[in-house]
Amino acid sequence: MCLGVPGRVVSLEPDGQWAVIETMGLEQKVGVQLVEGVAVGDYLIVHAGYAIEKLDLEDAVERLRLWEEILSRGEDAVGRPAVPAGRGEAAER
Amino acid sequence: MNKKLGRWREPDLSRKLLARVILLARTVAERLGRLPVFMEVCGTHTVAISRTGLRGLLAGYLELRSGPGCPVCVTDGGEIERMIMLARLPEVTVATFGDMLRVPGRDTSLEEERARGARVEVVYSPADAVALAEAHPEKQVVFLGVGFETTAPTVALALAAAAEKKLPNFTVYSAHKLVPPVMRALLHDPGPAVDGFILPGHVCAVTGRAPFDFIAEQYGLPAVITGFEPLDILGSVYRLLEMILSGHVRVLNGYTRVVREAGNREARLIMNKYFRPVDAFWRGFGPVPESGLALRERFGGFDAARRFALPEPATAVREGCRCGDLLRGRINPRQCPLFAAACTPARPVGPCMVSSEGACAAYYQYERNR
Repeated sequence: MCLGVPGRVVSLEPDGQWAVIETMGLEQKVGVQLVEGVAVGDYLIVHAGYAIEKLDLEDAVERLRLWEEILSRGEDAVGRPAVPAGRGEAAER
Repeated sequence: MNKKLGRWREPDLSRKLLARVILLARTVAERLGRLPVFMEVCGTHTVAISRTGLRGLLAGYLELRSGPGCPVCVTDGGEIERMIMLARLPEVTVATFGDMLRVPGRDTSLEEERARGARVEVVYSPADAVALAEAHPEKQVVFLGVGFETTAPTVALALAAAAEKKLPNFTVYSAHKLVPPVMRALLHDPGPAVDGFILPGHVCAVTGRAPFDFIAEQYGLPAVITGFEPLDILGSVYRLLEMILSGHVRVLNGYTRVVREAGNREARLIMNKYFRPVDAFWRGFGPVPESGLALRERFGGFDAARRFALPEPATAVREGCRCGDLLRGRINPRQCPLFAAACTPARPVGPCMVSSEGACAAYYQYERNR
């Protein structure tokens, strides 16, 4: 029930209260009253028809880079999959 | 999906992280003399952990156990009965999120009542319930407000819209719940031995981190605010294990791309404008102080509990149902004798098998044959 779906802002209504967002090819009108300064191109987390927060793309990229860095360290010691690749795949569906 | 965001789902990183988590979990298990146990306090996490197979991949190294994170599941039997009473009133159309429809009450459910002629409409957003009231001035539309801090602000926005339009036929039955108070109740309980928490990312998007700091400060347990990709969940487990090993226990934000340090002030403002905290009953817990939301006095005109005088309902937990123990983290679904036998999604005995976010439903759909 706290499902939040990310979507990209395609257009904003003139009143600034509603926006059209696109999620995986589907467009949807959502309320943006809870999020300040929404602009076209922003990514929003949408819950029950309303945006509850912006998604910070820069942060997403930076955190990912940090994980990559942490995981590349000591590759020889622990980098090899501890579970067979076939089983591991189930984790990423 | 944006390319940059898509990288969060790359299998390669998750696989590497999984290997690290397993190594770390072994060290922690040695130190504890048993497997570490972490609780996810969000139904969306429960589903993600089951669906991706993470629970199974980590089994034998650490246990991921579900807590009181499914709003439909924690809704108390008395509240379910009142919702059913509302649906039975001839002038009322009930508008609800779909998950509530099949939750079994003592004798019936909203779905059964609908089959008998009651008007029950499934809506995706509380805004749809307001639109329904506008389109049907002859009906009393009652929206069933079920959900945590993530949902309550959206219901408050719907109330604001109804107030602005001066809709005389829209009310909310507020069964909203707050997560930090129930976590206090959970931690106060000597029952489940939990070594750390995977905190609900979208609840924290509203509340911020501070309301959860007590977990580390008062109970000495680590917790991480967590997103919903496999890499997010594995990342949080990794950091929980690290904190246990280092002894430097804190509440961390692992979902910084969405959760701001102070949460969403705007969302809290409108939530607090329309609602006030009240003591509330939780399935499995009983009364928990200041853990629910009721409409404030000056918006009493929109309060379904006030507009419609409902008698005190007779309630009963269906025989053998252990949803309550499950929600307290005392058992996992497989430890309930009814699981996948007398209780299935087609014929659910308790709400944890009904809601798509209920742990029993998630285990049934994704982990039954493991």
